[in-house]
Amino acid sequence: MPDAIEVRGLVKRYDAVTAVDGIDFSVAAGSVFAFLGPNGAGKTTTVEVLEGLRKRTEGDVRVLGLDPWENGAELHRRVGVIPQDFRFFEKITPREGIEYYRALFGTQVDPTDLLTQVDLLDKQHARFDQLSGGQKQKLGLALSLTNEPEICFLDEPTTGLDPTARRAIWDVIRSLKRQGRTVFLTTHYLEEAELLSDRVAIIHHGRIVASGTADEIIRAHGRPARLEFAAPPALVDALSRSLGVAARAADGRVEVDLPDPHAAARVLAAAEASGVPWTSFVTAHDTLEDVFVRIVGAMDDGALKAEAGA
Amino acid sequence: MKPRRIGADIVVVARGYYRNPAALFFSLIFPLILISLFGLIFSTSGSGAVTLQVLDEDGHSPLAVQFLSALNNTTIVKVQLVDPGSVAPGEFAAWLGQQGDPVGLLIPADFSSNVSANRSVDLTVFANPQDASAAGEALFAVSGVANAFNLYHAHGTELIQVPPSKGVGSEIYTYIDYLIPGLIGFSILTSPMFSMVDVTSSYRKEGLFRQLSLTPLTRGEWLTSRVLWYVVLTFAAAAIMLGIGIEGFGAHVSIGPGMLPFLLAGPFFFVSLGMLAGSVAPTPESAAVIGNIITFPMMFLSGTFFPVSDFPPGLQTFAHVLPLYYVIDGMNQVMLFHNTTRAVTDLLVVVVAGVVVFLLAIRLFRWRDD
Repeated sequence: MPDAIEVRGLVKRYDAVTAVDGIDFSVAAGSVFAFLGPNGAGKTTTVEVLEGLRKRTEGDVRVLGLDPWENGAELHRRVGVIPQDFRFFEKITPREGIEYYRALFGTQVDPTDLLTQVDLLDKQHARFDQLSGGQKQKLGLALSLTNEPEICFLDEPTTGLDPTARRAIWDVIRSLKRQGRTVFLTTHYLEEAELLSDRVAIIHHGRIVASGTADEIIRAHGRPARLEFAAPPALVDALSRSLGVAARAADGRVEVDLPDPHAAARVLAAAEASGVPWTSFVTAHDTLEDVFVRIVGAMDDGALKAEAGA
Repeated sequence: MKPRRIGADIVVVARGYYRNPAALFFSLIFPLILISLFGLIFSTSGSGAVTLQVLDEDGHSPLAVQFLSALNNTTIVKVQLVDPGSVAPGEFAAWLGQQGDPVGLLIPADFSSNVSANRSVDLTVFANPQDASAAGEALFAVSGVANAFNLYHAHGTELIQVPPSKGVGSEIYTYIDYLIPGLIGFSILTSPMFSMVDVTSSYRKEGLFRQLSLTPLTRGEWLTSRVLWYVVLTFAAAAIMLGIGIEGFGAHVSIGPGMLPFLLAGPFFFVSLGMLAGSVAPTPESAAVIGNIITFPMMFLSGTFFPVSDFPPGLQTFAHVLPLYYVIDGMNQVMLFHNTTRAVTDLLVVVVAGVVVFLLAIRLFRWRDD
């Protein structure tokens, strides 16, 4: 598969502020790419550069082989975009909006099909200012599909939506992938990225701090899998002595690292043999969210210490 | 420029408009109220003695002097003699037009000789067309005195005739006649300016322009669609004002194809200007201020409610740099004076200014940021 998006050494500065500080990544055609980062990390700036809405300061960017800033008009016929905080004409209904976009792009999509796809058919005659946040976002999604785009850029499409509305948007994203479209998704919901994306990049302070599949990132940056007992701290000593594994006590729980999944049986047997009373146990492993918090937290701590030291 | 895209955009604009009562009010109901209000106020005004500028070409013949003192005694008019040397022959109407108080009476050179020889003679009253009541009073006084002279000197024969008053131009106009082109100009100015400034700045703030920049719609197409929409609104407003002015207040204006270029070029200029003002302003609030700074002086000083020729000279000069002046003056020339040459000049000014502002607006206006 050729790359739908290629970014090399992208830098974007606003006056004195460097929002994006030399990032590289590529997105394979037909894949879902999640671009993660805390607020102000440079996510939206990067997306807007890719969409041709902002001029980059340095670096090379190709989207579908085009320079987004120089060939914006051509690019916009081939990509679909929902900007963050999607807004539309207040007095216009979803159906009218799609008809408008259809005329602008000169495409023949059926508004009913599109509205069905995003689950908005029941609100097709409601004016935009009467739609809920989720319904507005769905309209944004429908509009971004009017030109049958090869790449869909979704900038925080589910921010502020209730769980039902969020799942409806997820379904649409999955169907986009099934249709063979490339999806570039920014979000700060880590579970969303983990559920939907093929590859993930985490940006922080304008730099990419981790990238790969969600599993790769968790393996590289996360802690090993664990067994967590609800037990008194005495269990820590018993297990360390008998098994030689790392164990810690915290908040009435005892955590035991599992070097491999099969170690779980040995740990359980040792706990049972120790005579220390424990009531329950769970297996725990880091999610993308845990890893994200660790990476971002560690960087910010480091930055704080560096500042304090200076 | 693709007509399909412009058409689709106009449909969206039109829907937004008829679903927004406030916008409709300003564009259509407001002109209706204005013409009714001004029509009612100015069709019933007038008070005090009217100053009558008299050009006595008869060289103060005893008859003329007698006539003028009788006229002065009516107390309806106050006679003020004009130095014949300051008025070129046949240019009295034009000369009056330049005065602040242009109600005039022309006593022809053959006045006393004709009356003595029992030949009929015309006394012409010139009136400021905007001031129907002053014209009426002057005409009434002159006719009254003329009747008395006819009775005394000609034993009832109407030797001295006073035909209907002549306008400072060449015909009789009432205030309402002047008001119609002025108010059409008013709505050509206000309807696009108030909403384009707002739309341009708030669409930018809300990201709607960025949204549109992701479609094939170009800035030129977007602006063209607005121009066309405001042309439609201008036609509607003009129809309302012509209808009420003619039916309700008996206005005499010629409606013809000559109006069309102004009804097109006017909105073209002001829609572009509104977009320009809205796009150079950093926030919707400052856009509103800039819009008002542009709109208000033009609203009152371009001949909308009062003829520019009534202004003090300094203000007249200022009026001549206001684009709306040329729109209104042009429509006056077309609808009242039938002065095609001047109308064409006015139109050229508006079109050239419109093209400049249109191009500037498209150039300075950005869909997307750096």
